[in-house]
Amino acid sequence: MDSARATRRPSARLWLAGLWLALVFIAAIAAPLLAPQDPLAQDLLYERLPPFWMAGSESGYPLGTDSLGRDLLSRLIYGARIAVIVALVAAFAACLLGSALGLIAGYFGGWADRIISRLVDIWMAFPPVLFAILLVAVLGTGLHSVIIAIAVIDWTRFCRVVRAETMVQARMDYIENARIVGFGRWRIMLSEVLPNVLPPIIALLSLEMGIAVIVEAILSFVNLSISTDDPTWGGIIAEGRLSIHQAWWILVFPLITLFLTVLSFSQFGEGLKSRFDPVLR
Amino acid sequence: MILQKFLLRLMTMAVTLFGVAVVVFVVIRVAPGDPIAMMLPPGAGPEDIERLRALYGLDKSLPQQFVIWLGGVLQGDFGTSISLRQDVLSLVLGRLPATLELATLALLMALAIGGPLAILGARERGTAVEAGIDVAGGAALSIPDFLWGLLLILVFGVLAPIFEISGRVSPSLDLPFATQFYLVESILRLRFDLTADLLAHMFIPALALALPLAAIITLLLKQSLKEVMDLDYVVLARVKGFSETQVILREALKNAALPTLTLIGVQFTFLIGGTVIVERLFSYEGLGNMAIDAVINRDLPLIQGIVLVFALIFVLINLAVDLSYALLNPRLRHG
Repeated sequence: MDSARATRRPSARLWLAGLWLALVFIAAIAAPLLAPQDPLAQDLLYERLPPFWMAGSESGYPLGTDSLGRDLLSRLIYGARIAVIVALVAAFAACLLGSALGLIAGYFGGWADRIISRLVDIWMAFPPVLFAILLVAVLGTGLHSVIIAIAVIDWTRFCRVVRAETMVQARMDYIENARIVGFGRWRIMLSEVLPNVLPPIIALLSLEMGIAVIVEAILSFVNLSISTDDPTWGGIIAEGRLSIHQAWWILVFPLITLFLTVLSFSQFGEGLKSRFDPVLR
Repeated sequence: MILQKFLLRLMTMAVTLFGVAVVVFVVIRVAPGDPIAMMLPPGAGPEDIERLRALYGLDKSLPQQFVIWLGGVLQGDFGTSISLRQDVLSLVLGRLPATLELATLALLMALAIGGPLAILGARERGTAVEAGIDVAGGAALSIPDFLWGLLLILVFGVLAPIFEISGRVSPSLDLPFATQFYLVESILRLRFDLTADLLAHMFIPALALALPLAAIITLLLKQSLKEVMDLDYVVLARVKGFSETQVILREALKNAALPTLTLIGVQFTFLIGGTVIVERLFSYEGLGNMAIDAVINRDLPLIQGIVLVFALIFVLINLAVDLSYALLNPRLRHG
């Protein structure tokens, strides 16, 4: 009972998560206006400057600089651009692909279901990070490759959930009624079943956006994402891991940013799910 | 009937492994960039390239290459690594123990954290303690192992440098081991100085892998415990005068554990998948770290071998879960 109560009052979490995500989106859109410095400008006189509250900091570099003297805050703000693009495009692509296959498998059953379920089994037998690294290595580094890799790997999450939900819905009376009225199978699937499996899809979509941001950071970390000059959160983290004993702040700030973003996407998804769920509402 | 089901299950496993082999084979061969050209010194002539292509079988058509490779794999021959010029199977078997030890330690840590927290949460149900466990569990669950690893590096590697954050064992140590199962062997040989050094290296990466799983165990086991806490036999035990903790440990736990056990099996495959990046993060010399190097070096035979071994581990774990579920669940056992 009390766990139901906890999910029934999601508004504080939903709003806090939404607030942080809004900040990230604004940073991405208005990066040139918000960033105090050019994120690519190197200044070897200013390398590894500490953040503003420590001795030796410089005004204009509030969070300090990395080992090439580039402003950390500016790089974090510009890094939000890649993160937001990957979160939106890759998660939507994975969602579309997975939900479509899940609907087909769940609604039509039979051979379609058998083939799609086997595909899911095969995909689940790959270690996902290794699969992503492999795909990006094959496709060549760049934003397109990262997005394609995430969509090609993570569609199974959507497929499994949508398939199971669709199978439940397809047995319900209203589907039978629609069939008696003479609706075609595709029409029933898209206009009757789909709206009813939407709530879990939306929650998963938000979760997937957080996962996509992490996967991009991991790919940047192993130096396989975007070009190494462009600021990405994972790239800054890789740099911070190397100079962790000289300048801990290079790792701390992108890490906090990623933590909050991933946590917000998952909390936002949970919050939306309980909003949409007719039983809980 | 049961045998039939088991055979069908083995067939599906074989189909899955075959599918993985096909996918990885096709994916790495549409890659632009010639692995042979990369391993030759500058100034090598076209005939040198041709000779090496023939040596690694890359001059044949794709289906031919696949049949040759699969035939080899079925006989235990995974080919020769292009970048390391060694037998792929012995390379993989040399690194696999390191990954298995890390993953197993992580699983044990997840159980050691998740189990007691679940019992505590079930005992203190409806209180602030349970609410705190729920919040912490929810957060731990949504943060992936990669981020936990980075955070733990900062805390235990820099702020309070208690543990090692790089490598598997201190390079200065003399290792008397006959196998690659360093941790197991150090215990068996009673060399606890080495055990301590190994654990100091493994502790943070294992904890990073363990935390998301520990959260899942906590939340699910607590839920299952709470569901059985009001059943007749549990109430009876309470009437007999057992304390709440005793009731949980003696009566509730064994009936509530089944859903958690099933889930741990599935989640353990995710944990093993996570070793790839966590090993990279901690420069831990396991299979995942070698896999990333293999991808960067375009070492086709090695990539194929490693992916197939991971896939084999995953399907074997799933099989073990299904079997133990059938053995443990009384309804299936007698049905």
